[in-house]
Formats: sequence, C-alpha cells, structure tokens
Amino acid sequence: MVVRLRDSAVDLLPIVLVIAFFQAFVIKQPLPAIADILFGCLLVVSGLSLFIQGLETGLFPIGETLAEALARKGSIFWLLIFSFGLGFTTTIAEPSLIAVADKSAAIAAASNLIDPAQESLESYSRGLRISVAVSVGLAVVVGVFRILKGIPIHYLIIGGYCCVMAITPFAPKEIIGIAYDAGGVTTSTVTVPLVTALGVGLATIIRGRNPLVDGFGLIAFASLFPMMFVMGYGMIIFN
Amino acid sequence: MQVLIDFFEVLLTTLGDVAPIVCMIVFFQIVVLKRSIPRLKSVLIGVVHVIIGLTLFLIGLEKALFPVGEAMARQLSDPHFIVGIGVEYLTADWREYGWVYVFGAAIGFATTIAEPSLMAVAYKANEVSAGTIDKLGLRIVVAIGVAVGIALGCFRIVTGTPLYLYILAGYIVVVIQTFYAPKKIIALAYDSGGVTTSTVTVPIVAALGLGLAKTVPGRDPALDGFGLIAFASLFPIIAVLAYGQFTVWYAKNRQPRKEEKEDGL
Repeated sequence: MVVRLRDSAVDLLPIVLVIAFFQAFVIKQPLPAIADILFGCLLVVSGLSLFIQGLETGLFPIGETLAEALARKGSIFWLLIFSFGLGFTTTIAEPSLIAVADKSAAIAAASNLIDPAQESLESYSRGLRISVAVSVGLAVVVGVFRILKGIPIHYLIIGGYCCVMAITPFAPKEIIGIAYDAGGVTTSTVTVPLVTALGVGLATIIRGRNPLVDGFGLIAFASLFPMMFVMGYGMIIFN
Repeated sequence: MQVLIDFFEVLLTTLGDVAPIVCMIVFFQIVVLKRSIPRLKSVLIGVVHVIIGLTLFLIGLEKALFPVGEAMARQLSDPHFIVGIGVEYLTADWREYGWVYVFGAAIGFATTIAEPSLMAVAYKANEVSAGTIDKLGLRIVVAIGVAVGIALGCFRIVTGTPLYLYILAGYIVVVIQTFYAPKKIIALAYDSGGVTTSTVTVPIVAALGLGLAKTVPGRDPALDGFGLIAFASLFPIIAVLAYGQFTVWYAKNRQPRKEEKEDGL
C-alpha cells in the first residue's frame, strides 16, 4: 500500500512541480482556495492508490487468467463475447472518462445545447459513456479478430482514420472536440492492462504469432472507435 | 458534513460503475468456464478498494485537478496578466499567449516523462527492436511529442481554428510514416497514443482547454474547449514511428562506413 501511495504521488508530482513553478515565477499570484486544492490532491492520491491497489489484488489477476483460459478454450463465440464485455465494462469503470463526460455535460448545458436540469445532465453524460463503452467493446472484438486472422494492423487503422474524417463533416460542431478526445480518455488505468493482457495472451497461444508484434494494437482500436461513435451520438442527440 | 453527503452520493454512482465489470467476470468464470472464483476473499477486498478508491479520486478531482487546471488557464490568459491593467482587450491575438503554450508544453512533457504505462511501452519497444530503441530516448521523444501536441492544441484553442484540420494533417503524417517505419514497431506505436494520457493527466489537460476557451475572447467552451487530449494522443504515435525510423536509418548509415553512405539514402 505504501508503494501504491508513492506511485500515485509520483504520478501527481510533475503536475504539482510545473504548476508551482508557474505560480511562483510567471503568474506571481497565489492559487485561489489553496486549502481546498491541497485537500483535493490528498483525496486524488489516496483514492488513486486504493483504486489501483484494489485492481491489482482483485480484478487484474482474475481478469488475466480468465482471458487466457478463454483463449485456450478455443470457442471463438465466447471469446468474442468476452472481448466485447471486457471493453465495455472496463470503459464504464474508467475514472477519467467519468470525469470528462460529466464536464462535457456541464459545458453543453452552459451553452444551451441540452436542458440544464440535473436529470438531463446525467442522462447526457451516461449516454456519452455508454456510446464510448459500446465502441471500445466493438474495438476489442475487431482487434481480437485481427489477431486471430493475422491481418496487418495498418490497413485497419488507416481505414479507421478515413472513416473518422468521412463522418466529421456530418457531425454537429459541438461534439467534434469531445469525440476526438474520447479516444485518448478511454484508454487508461482500467482498460489498458486488461485489454493488453487479452491481446498478448492470445498472441502467445496462437501458433505462428509473436506476442511482441501481434499482441499489441488492441489499444489502438480502442482509441479510434470512440471517435466515430461519439460523433454518431452527437448526431442523434443534438438534432 | 457536506463532504460526507458528497462522499455517499459519489459512492452510490461508483457502485453502479464498477458493478458491470464484476458481473462480467463472475459470469464468465462461473457460467462459461464452470469454475469457482479463486482466492474469493482477496478479490472481494480488491473490489471494495476499487470502489472506495474511485469515489475518493472523483471527489478529489472536482476539488483539486479541475479547479487548478481552470485557474491556471484563467490566470495565464487573463488580459491583465498579458497586456497590463487598463488596456482595452476585445480580440485575441495568438502571439499574446506565449505563456499558455509554454505551460501546456511543460505539463505535457512533465506528465509524460513520469508516466508508468509509457515506461512499460518503452521497455517492450526495446525488446521488439532487439535493443536498438533506447528506453530513455523513446520516453524523451514521446514526451516532446506530447509537449508539442498540447502546445499546438492550445494554439488551436486560442485561434479557434477547426480541430479536424490539425488531426487530418496528423493522420496523413502517420499514414506516410507507416509505410517507411520498421514493421515491428507499428502496432506498438499505434498503441502508444492511447496509453500516454493517464488518469491524472486527462482531467488537468481537459480543464486547461476548457478554461482557455472560457477566458480567451471570442471562444466558446462547447466548440473550442475540447481537443487537447486528441493532440496528446496523436503526437506520441508520430514520435514513436519517427524514432523507429531514425534508429533504422542510423543503424544503416553507421555500419557500412563512409563509402556506402550515398546508397543509404
């Protein structure tokens, strides 16, 4: 636990240093409500440590053995269902996505795009997160399929880029920023380790695949698909 | 008292966020694989840690990371800070916002260089390339990539130019690089875009963008506020591919000595 606390503190440290430097030498003004911020930092560090500690003792070991057992089982049907489930459920639990979706709802309400009532805020941010989660689920399915078939990754990624650019002109302007951000936001603390474990596990088991070369690429799809799906969500909700 | 009420409210929604992943693992373990859950006690303790930890983190985020990111953006783009008190300031000139770009670049560089998942990627890249890709070198290159990305993203917010143009240009660069980069590094490079934006970096960078869009005259947070993270996840791909290309080129040009140097081009 002490190690976790130190790791989380190290995560936060560079940000604290940069901000302290700018406050002291560039802006030369104190930060407003400094006590609140320090208390919040304490919560962030202890919360993140507990969270990662829990993931590593509780969910990661069982998730990893499960991924390997399903890869060995040889049932493509269950493997693909599991891939979707893994992508979907890890995304729903991703802390930074929760934060950014809530923020995006508040911004949309402030610009009169959605009804500012608490209920509609929550439903907007939930809708956003569900469309990201569905897209990550599908992305992992496509990525696993790619590993099974051994398709070169760049064809699929370049195809994905073309799709993103083709959808953009039809999407409402207000959704494009958050849609493009969604890709980077989703692939974080919970999703990356579990999804990578699935990919590397699969590539290790299938003959003729190199885990170092074929095991990667799942995250790439998981950061590409949400862009398209969030734009789709925007087309539905803002029209 | 308010803290406690907040805590339980967030705790309730967090329960709902963690429930799907737990249900899925239980379903596959018991129904599909027909096995019992190994080390049930430590799994349960882990889940409780996850729920409480996530709750504390989300509360802390609202209290610390979001306000700090926005306050920094506000102070750095404050007209009084930029042009001094008493000057009329109605339109935004991108040249006035130098410190904003420096701050964005500094935050991008500092958080990326210390990012644990990037260290893991660097370690694997070193393995894939049989040692030609230097671990620290790769991390520095990616950190510079993120720094440039976020600075450029801040420039975009200040000028209010369309996000997709920048990303399109980035994609074209990535596609061209893909054809020349060593095959083994490609999947890893594509993955590195997603992994460099961590749980702590995302909120502060998002808040920076939204804060900027709020204070810079003529910008709308809903239209211009997001997009920084997109830059931060595109530039590492370019950086890793470029670094892979560079090591191959360097190795090629170094071994055959001077006489074959022209062929290497």
